[in-house]
Amino acid sequence: MPKAGNAAVKKFVDLHLCPRLENPAHLKQMIEKAAELGYKTVGIPFPAQQPQENIKLAKKICNDTGVELVTRIDLSPNNPAELLKNLRKLRRKIEVIAVKCYSKTVARQAAKDRRVDILSFPSTSPRKRFFNSAEANLASKALAAFEIDMAPLLYLQGFRRCLLLSCLRKETMTATKRGVPLILSSGASDALLLRKPKDYAALTYLFDLDAKTAEQAVSQNPQAIIERNRRKLSPDYIAPDVYLVRRGKDCPSE
Amino acid sequence: MPQRIRRRYIAVKIDGNHPFNGKTLQDAVWNNMLRLFGEYGASQAELFLVEYDPERQQAIFCCSHKSLDLVKASIVATTKIGEEKTAIHILRVSGTLKSLRRKIQTIFL
Repeated sequence: MPKAGNAAVKKFVDLHLCPRLENPAHLKQMIEKAAELGYKTVGIPFPAQQPQENIKLAKKICNDTGVELVTRIDLSPNNPAELLKNLRKLRRKIEVIAVKCYSKTVARQAAKDRRVDILSFPSTSPRKRFFNSAEANLASKALAAFEIDMAPLLYLQGFRRCLLLSCLRKETMTATKRGVPLILSSGASDALLLRKPKDYAALTYLFDLDAKTAEQAVSQNPQAIIERNRRKLSPDYIAPDVYLVRRGKDCPSE
Repeated sequence: MPQRIRRRYIAVKIDGNHPFNGKTLQDAVWNNMLRLFGEYGASQAELFLVEYDPERQQAIFCCSHKSLDLVKASIVATTKIGEEKTAIHILRVSGTLKSLRRKIQTIFL
């Protein structure tokens, strides 16, 4: 009898693969490795300036490998005004927008803005991670997700890994309590730092995340963001929850 | 009456270009487990290497079923075997060696 949580039906997504874009061989190696490990969709962060050339190459490699590509931009604004300016410029061009929060004001603005898909806190220092209950409340209303990069858990050691694990334990608890979707991404810039989706779920044991939530964080949650944004970027989108269903001759006249 | 110890067998695939022996592999996972969970945690895992196939770069570990999550996290977090960078991927987990061997025959990583 097939199990309810059969891995075969799950579509695993790594929304933060970080290959060196200037090196096509490395890009190819990373995408092939991700495909080999069972990912059906990969998100690659492209630079905000002239992303089209890189996107073309990545799309071609992904098509050859049988993996779906999601275009993503990581914004690292210095202040909320810069964040808003970048969002206005990029939102209609890119499928997923992540904001790396290096200051509290940027974190708050990113959490309440519906155009931001992912909140990311790259620092390992607890003082520079601003994901608390207030931030989680804003993020939950604006449908922003909290992203956890798994690569630092692999390459950090000793005290710094202890600090990171302690922060992640608190943050994941806050996110789960407030209904903020979690996303587990590799954040890997090297093929040897990539792991299978289920292995990442196993690694979340280190910060007390339960297996079911961990598996959702590597499959359903990122997939939901991608589908939502693709619908918004389609020509049939008019306004939130308003879509064009028929056009032209298909429309019945009164 | 002492209870029978229930075990779990974990099949893994090693991703790396450099050859090494089973002892080095076991030491790498043990050291990682000690770093992550300390001597107390590691003592509960009852982890040992059952077999290692250098040609297919596959190995089977055995551990106590209560410590399965701990051992899986230790295996996945291993980034070096000896001095060489590697990655270890979990293929399957099973309750008996016989069923594990049957299952991994069908896996092509």
